[in-house]
This record gives sequence, structure tokens and C-alpha cells, in this order.
Amino acid sequence: MPASDPEPSLAFSGRPKRGVPEGLWLKCPKCKSTIFRKEAENRFNVCPECEHHFYLPAADRIRQLLDADSFEEWFNDIIPVDPLGFHDRISYRDRIDLEQAKTQMPDASVVGRGYIRGRGVVVGITDFAFMAGSMGSVVGEKLTLAAEEATRLSLPLIFVSGSGGGARMQEGIFSLMQMAKISAALARYDKSGGLYISILTNPTMGGVAASFAMQGDISLAEPGALIGFAGKRTIWNTVRIELPEGFQTSEFLLQHGFLDRIVHRKNLRTEVARIIDFCEK
Amino acid sequence: MATTVRLPFETDIYELEDLLLKLELETDGQPDPTEKIRRIRKELAQLRKHKYSNLSPWETVLVSRHPDRPQTMDYVKLVLDEFVELHGDRAFGDDRALRSGFAQMDDQRFLLVGHQKGHTLNERRECMYGCAHPEGYRKAIKNMRLAAKYKLPIVSLIDTPGAFPGIGSEERGVAQLIATALLEMSQLPTPIICVVIGEGGSGGALGIGIGDKVAILEHAYYSVISPEGCAGILWKVANEQTKPLAAAALKFTARDLAKFGIVDEVLPEPLGGAHRDPKGMAATLKSYLARSLRELQSKNTSELLDARYAKFRNMGEYQKMQPAPTTQVVA
Repeated sequence: MPASDPEPSLAFSGRPKRGVPEGLWLKCPKCKSTIFRKEAENRFNVCPECEHHFYLPAADRIRQLLDADSFEEWFNDIIPVDPLGFHDRISYRDRIDLEQAKTQMPDASVVGRGYIRGRGVVVGITDFAFMAGSMGSVVGEKLTLAAEEATRLSLPLIFVSGSGGGARMQEGIFSLMQMAKISAALARYDKSGGLYISILTNPTMGGVAASFAMQGDISLAEPGALIGFAGKRTIWNTVRIELPEGFQTSEFLLQHGFLDRIVHRKNLRTEVARIIDFCEK
Repeated sequence: MATTVRLPFETDIYELEDLLLKLELETDGQPDPTEKIRRIRKELAQLRKHKYSNLSPWETVLVSRHPDRPQTMDYVKLVLDEFVELHGDRAFGDDRALRSGFAQMDDQRFLLVGHQKGHTLNERRECMYGCAHPEGYRKAIKNMRLAAKYKLPIVSLIDTPGAFPGIGSEERGVAQLIATALLEMSQLPTPIICVVIGEGGSGGALGIGIGDKVAILEHAYYSVISPEGCAGILWKVANEQTKPLAAAALKFTARDLAKFGIVDEVLPEPLGGAHRDPKGMAATLKSYLARSLRELQSKNTSELLDARYAKFRNMGEYQKMQPAPTTQVVA
């Protein structure tokens, strides 16, 4: 169930871009302040004026979260195909090529193993830049493999989700079934006693929210992230209701009891390490 | 059988039906039907057969949504000997869009969960048109756990446009409850049989859709997104032109899903769709359920759970990049 808002407010302009774009100055999409680019970068890609958390590419996420040079990427040889022969205004094949050229990524996820302050972990990340971080067969397979490896190695598992698209509609029913597949792998991991920390970032919607992102032993979210099931447009089309201010934000979810903690990006590494220590057997 | 709602692509069929009815009334009381009536009957049968063996994906959607199409509570009446409904979710309310209870069918017992859309306007309002809220999934989870505790198999009848998209649904964590249902169903130590009887609308359908067997009725569909939703996003507007395009692109008909290995079996519908002959449809469903229950109950639990894991584990289409020493396929 893809959320129907494929491009919610992102980092610096209407279009998703990888990292902080070139140029010395930036404008924060939230508070509209003009910010020195280096300063934002030094502050974990967070606006120094209003603490808005900008979009963070998977590579930067890994750098921020894990110990320096500790990341070993897995399964990056898994690439998307077009199982339906899907064609809307452009073909899915062409869309994949465009997205790969734009992001230099084979698909929307990165998984692997690394260390957080010396603690071994398995990590999986969905990157909004690639087709809004939507989950097709490749994302499903890689995250499932990551969960299976974490089970085999008895390591804590961390998924960082940033998926505005939810399940990727260009792969139809296969995308929907990825929700089932990952859930089954996470259920087995849970049974084996593994600790799964889910970190929800802006945005986490639709089928991603309704599967692995909300299946953590611990659910953390970055401040101000858009998190929910149905997108604004879907809700409008169905019940004709304008959503109140702050609806489906991290703060809204915390208030309604669906998150354990909201954690500022600069503290994520420390908090995750702490939680791992509490849950050590 | 005359139906209350006439599908737009069946104009020819209705015309013939009306004509036939008129002629039959005129010749009422005569021992033999006239030559003309015999001819029209034959023509009608051929026309129905032709139409229904060549439904377009969008036409399939219309049939699957037909207001007279049998729903979960119709099958309760037509298939079961006894149904003991269990209403509450123990937290918020009784979601009428998702029904559940103990079921007795001949000598077999199971727990039923199923979406209910409602037939009349009042029913539909009460059932939210088959769109369940978080409490519906919470109720399903609670009852399915109970079933597993007593080794009762579970039968799930899927028929929803999707989980309810609205403020209350989001506030009460619909994504969370579907996510939890997926975790639970993949591990419940009792046989689970899922049948898509009408609309298989994305996460709301999958939320009661993980099982050891997944079947679909011939003119039902099961999709990651509604054709309207898909058209609205990818074609920018959902209208009479783009909805059929989206429906075709998504490849969600029973035939497609069987080809993809997503469903194990397609249950044939009476000619003209399940709404033309609910009793006939119920008989087919009943024999499928009886056969599947017997088959699954002969398996031990660990065998069952391993097979369930493997079933969903194998879903997905991707490629392994060949190691290329000189040129890279993907940067």
C-alpha cells in the first residue's frame, strides 16, 4: 500500500537529492533560514536554526551511525527486475535506469554489518532518494537476508527506514508480499532472541510502516518525521478531511503511544549503543 | 438471476435477459418453449461465457465489487452449520468491517476471520465499506492467538478495498496493528487458509492474509494498491481512462497471481460471477475449505511453519548481478 504522497517535503528543494547539494548556502525547507552548508553538515544535516532533520543519504547515515570504516556492505549484487512489464507514462525499466543513474545505487536499500561504539550490529537502510525509498523485491530480499544473517550471527539488528512510497507499486503484488516476507524473517529473528531496533526517519509510510518499521522491539524516530499508513491524499480522497497540523509526525506517534522514543540525530549512535547494552544477554 | 446493479460491460447480456424474460412471460403456461426462446437462451449462455472468460482487469474489479457479490457473512450462512461470533478487541471497540468467530462446518471446526462490506447502505456504513480500523486487526490477532492455543485451524476470507484511511485509524495505529498481525500470522502454530473472495486491497488484505494456503476466487483481485490510487499517482488523475490502464498494469487478476505463484489455487466462479449464484459459489468454497483443512491438519506444526516460511520467503523477483571484472552492470 504505497502512501499516495510520493514526494513529501524533502531536504532542500522539491526534488530528492543525494546529500547536501553543491553551493555554499542552503535554505531550510522548514524555517526558510539561509544556512551555511558546512555548518549543516557538521551538525548531522540538521538545521542549526530550527533543528529540522534534512534528508540523509544511506552512505551518510552509515557514517553517522557506525564506527568509522566499520561497515561491510552485503548483498549489493541484488538488482531489480521488472516482473510485471510495468508501464505507466514511462516503463519501470526506464525508471529503474533513471533512478540508478541519479542515485548511483542499484535499488533503494543498503544492508550490511558494522559496529556501533564497538558493538557488532547488522544494519539495513532504505534510502528515500531511490524511488522514494519504496519497497520492491530487492528491498524485501535484502532486508530479509539481513534479518536471517542477524539471526545466524546472533547480532542486534537495526533498520533505518526512510520510505515515502511504502510498497513499490511498479512491482505490484510482489511488493506487497515483501511485507509478509520480511515480517516472517523478523518473527523468526525475534524467536531466536535477537534485538531489533527500528529507527523511523522522514518519511516512513504505507507498507513499510505497516511491516518492518513498526515491528521493532524498540521503535525510535527522528524528530519531525512523517510516519503513518495512508498518505494525506488518500485520506482526502476517501473521507474528505483536511489533516490537522502535526498529524502523522513523530511527535504525534509518540503522543499516541506508537513510539518508544524520539531521538535527535546527533544522539542516535549513543542511544542505540545504550539500548543494546540494556538488552545484552 | 436478475441483479440490482448492472455492470456497464454487460449491456448486451442484460438486453438479452430482459428480452428472454418478456418472452417467457408471454408464453407462460405453454408446455414447450418456443424456438425463439430456445435460441435466445443459447445465445445468452454463449455471450455470458464469452464475456466472462475474457474479462479485462478493470471489468474484474467491477465484478469483485458488485454489491450483490457474496461476502463473509453470506458464506457464514451458506457454508457454516454454526457460527459463534467473538466481537471485541479488548481495547477500543467492535470493528464491524472485520468479523471473527468460531465456525462449525460439517465435522470440521475452525476460527473464521473475514472482512464484511455490507450489502445495504446502512450495513455498508456500519461496516465502513469493508475498510477495517486498527481494532479490527487487534480483534483478529486476539482471536487467532486463541485459535492457535487450542489448535483450531484458521480460515480467513479477504474482501476489502484497504484498511481504513482516516484520522482515527491513524491515531490508533493502523500501520502498527497490521505490522503486528503480519508478525503473528507468520508464526501461529495452527493451519491457516486464506481466500480472497472479492477485493484484496493491499495492506488491509494482507493483514489477515498470511497462511499455509492462499486461494482466490476467479473474479477477485489482490493488489498492492487500488487501481484508483495507482492511476492517481502514476497517471496524475484517476478517471475512466486511467483506471483501466492502472488495473491492467498492476497484473492483479486471479490468473496473473496464479502464474506468479502468489496464490495456490483459483476457485472457479459460477458463470457471470459469484453474485449470479451465491449458493453455487458457496458450494465450491466449502469443498475447497474442507479439502484444504484435511490436508493441512495431517501435517505436524514444525513442518507447517517451515513450509509457511518458505512460501513467503520465495516471493519476489530480482536478479543477482554477475561479477563483471571489466565493466560494471550497475554503477
